[in-house]
Amino acid sequence: MKMTKALLATTALTVAAGMASADGHMASEMTIVSWGGAYSNSQQKAYHDPYMEKTGVKVINDESSAEAVAKLRAMNEAGNVTWDVVDVVAADAIRLCDEGLAMEIDPDEHLAAAPDGTSAADDFGDLLVSDCFIPQIVYSTTFGYRTDMVGATAPTSVCAVFDTEAYPGKRSLEKRPINNMEWALICDGVAKDDVYDVLETAEGQQRALDKLGTIKDDVIWWSAGADTPQLLADGEVVMGSTYNGRLFSVIEEQKQPVAMLWDAQVFDLDGWIIPAGLSDERKARALDYIMFATDTQRLADQAKYISYGPARASSAPLVGQHADLGIDMAPHMPTDPNNAKNTFLYNYEFWADYRDDIDAKFQAWLAQ
Amino acid sequence: MTDNTANTASDGPMLAADGTTLKSSLNRALRRQKLRALMLIAPLLIFVLLTFIAPIADMLFRSVENQIVSETLPRTTAALADWDATGDTAPPEPVFKDLYEDMFIAKERKLHTRLGSRLNYELTGVSSLFRKSGRKVEDMGEVYQDQFEDLNKFWKKGENWNVLMGTSSWLAAQNAWDKASKTAQPTLEIKPEIAALLPQTAQMFTLFAEFVQVDENDNLAKEDPWAIVYSALYDDLTAGANVAGYSGEGAAELQEAAAAVSSFETVDFTAAFTKIDKDWASVDVWRTLQVYSPEFTAGYFLNAVDMQKTIDGPEMRPENEQLYLKLFVRTLFMSLVITGSCILLGYPVGFILANLPARTANLLMILVLLPFWTSLLVRTSAWKVMLQQQGVVNDTLVWLGVVADDSRLALINNQTGTIIAMTHILLPFMILPLYSVMKTIPPSYLRAAKSLGATNWTAFWRVYFPQSVPGIGAGSILVFILSIGYYITPEIVGGTTGTFISNRIAYHISSSLNWGLAAALGAILLAVVLGLYWAYDRIVGIDNVKLGG
Repeated sequence: MKMTKALLATTALTVAAGMASADGHMASEMTIVSWGGAYSNSQQKAYHDPYMEKTGVKVINDESSAEAVAKLRAMNEAGNVTWDVVDVVAADAIRLCDEGLAMEIDPDEHLAAAPDGTSAADDFGDLLVSDCFIPQIVYSTTFGYRTDMVGATAPTSVCAVFDTEAYPGKRSLEKRPINNMEWALICDGVAKDDVYDVLETAEGQQRALDKLGTIKDDVIWWSAGADTPQLLADGEVVMGSTYNGRLFSVIEEQKQPVAMLWDAQVFDLDGWIIPAGLSDERKARALDYIMFATDTQRLADQAKYISYGPARASSAPLVGQHADLGIDMAPHMPTDPNNAKNTFLYNYEFWADYRDDIDAKFQAWLAQ
Repeated sequence: MTDNTANTASDGPMLAADGTTLKSSLNRALRRQKLRALMLIAPLLIFVLLTFIAPIADMLFRSVENQIVSETLPRTTAALADWDATGDTAPPEPVFKDLYEDMFIAKERKLHTRLGSRLNYELTGVSSLFRKSGRKVEDMGEVYQDQFEDLNKFWKKGENWNVLMGTSSWLAAQNAWDKASKTAQPTLEIKPEIAALLPQTAQMFTLFAEFVQVDENDNLAKEDPWAIVYSALYDDLTAGANVAGYSGEGAAELQEAAAAVSSFETVDFTAAFTKIDKDWASVDVWRTLQVYSPEFTAGYFLNAVDMQKTIDGPEMRPENEQLYLKLFVRTLFMSLVITGSCILLGYPVGFILANLPARTANLLMILVLLPFWTSLLVRTSAWKVMLQQQGVVNDTLVWLGVVADDSRLALINNQTGTIIAMTHILLPFMILPLYSVMKTIPPSYLRAAKSLGATNWTAFWRVYFPQSVPGIGAGSILVFILSIGYYITPEIVGGTTGTFISNRIAYHISSSLNWGLAAALGAILLAVVLGLYWAYDRIVGIDNVKLGG
């Protein structure tokens, strides 16, 4: 008992000391949660390091973004939120906002305006898909293929995935319905604009599953983003879906015989949220960080280290060369006009509603 | 135990040295001993209770918990209890009005989307329905607010409302309160005569005040009331509140309003909700709300066995959504196969280890233990490299000419992969108990059997094997129970046909956030394991299990 008291007292003292040394009334330490790997490195270099230099704040990295929603919910129930800023995909941000686990952000009050004076709300534009979400990068889920395994004619359309005659061999797809159902319908002749209308109906869902069923025996289902790059590098699959940044590193950094298929790639967003229920000091610090890390220059800086497009319109012209490879990054961005000729827009609202239902059907179908 | 010991002394009043009866003295000594024993195990007991039992109990409790519906929509769920769900018409207007009030408060407290995601597990589309309705519900009742405010500026200001509703002593305290002082705000006290005269208004205003004072900690004196307070006032006045008999503050304005309300434009809440989304007019949403109104539900457990709760009671889900029963059967079946292959592979190893000279046995033991000390993830990933189509095993087979290059074996991302990898990973759990039991079987028994004329096989089968059965039992229980809850290996090498029920539990915990369903699946899995353990005890007897010597 005494021990606990002593411990508690020490902790309280340490915390108090930490608080006292903060400039003004902001916390002097913050925990930032992200995905780890090359992605976290790019954030460390583009955001954390300059921010630490500027303010002297200590940034603690936590690589839990994959389970962020579940963990934040548990923290919230326990009444002890230990994270200050969390990097999540847009769909998770919507969910966190829905559950009241993320703080609502006013873009014009909390985010920096563009250098030319455009307000943050206009600069981010449609990408502000949730009240709690501050977009950071635009990424695509797209296909890569082995250049040495596809024969003379390289695939140019996403429907090559369903064409096992022209492109025999295994393909890797993510082990969840999202994106796969859309691609299946597009390749089954549904117009891009009608995909979600069709997918709303039970017949449409069955139709997508039937189309996926034509290649079911040829698919390796992945669940981690690193799977497809590995499978491609090993020659296990002839083509596979994954995030464009992963493919960039397979192609440009590891020089594997792999090429990118920019067709019907699904646009998605990744960005920050601030958990609800932070103390005033920590909230002020988190907001200060967000203001700094999502300004025009900083977002453009991140593209030096990883091939994801900055979420601000005003950042695009500032995207330069890769920090180590020295190649121009602009042509590798999912937002580049050459790559974005035929993109597919992910419908957040639809999946927020239908995810559980379609996933149940999808998993039952997989298990058959 | 205390009683048994004490019984021997019960026939005579034997006294101890201090004059008390021997019985009570003995009891006291025993009690002290027990207490001391309890104190000794207390740290462990508390640790286990806090870190193991309590979280599990808490998690399992979620499988039946359902208060969120009735807590978020208290009026609606109460009103819905009387609605006939078997008909094909949506509930009447009063229910919609209750829904408006509940939804308004839930929106202010930011609880409506949380309930939406909860109900979306049962009926697809409720999530966006609630989000959409929450966005528009604030404007819905403003018709009344606008009319009151147009009638008299008095109704615009929060401070006038405070004068009208609150007691004068409370009002004085509230006006004196300063947010910077960091003290608690004086809780609103409604005038008794107003509470009697305008019951609904008083109720809504109290809710509003509670929200401002407690949830937001804003100064009530500076906040303007919610739109639902105005609609409640409208209801009170049209219900024939006798305002003429009231003479306190705001009496004139009340009387003016009472005279005017009959000509007010009214709001049709049914139409207003249907305009937001036509789903409110369909019975499906309402049926779901009614079915999931109770505070506790069997819904999650029904989901976990591929059934669903409907107004007619539980029924099976459509064929193309049935998943969990199949997964439970598969998990049990594959765990049995893995246990079986562990016995087949582990028994000879255990036998050799137990019968070799100690030096060689120790060396071989290290080979058994080495993988045991390697990270689970590393071993599983290594199997991936070994088993994939361009992997070591297939390459070797092709090189040997056993299989053709274009028909390489599919050894991974299916059941085969899971069985191979898990057998390897769980093998030490079989070998170690087998070894420790076999070590205790005296070799002279085998020699004796042989000298009495038994063949090698008979000597082994009739003499040696029966004595090693407790080791098989212990190893099987360990391997089976470990594999039934295995998660990471099936996830990595299982593909679609080799995954277990635990992979779905993990999915519901971390991705779909349907913790209730995850808890129900976990509870069923726990029950199955306990049931099998009980059956094992009945058939084989748990006394026959030996983990060593």
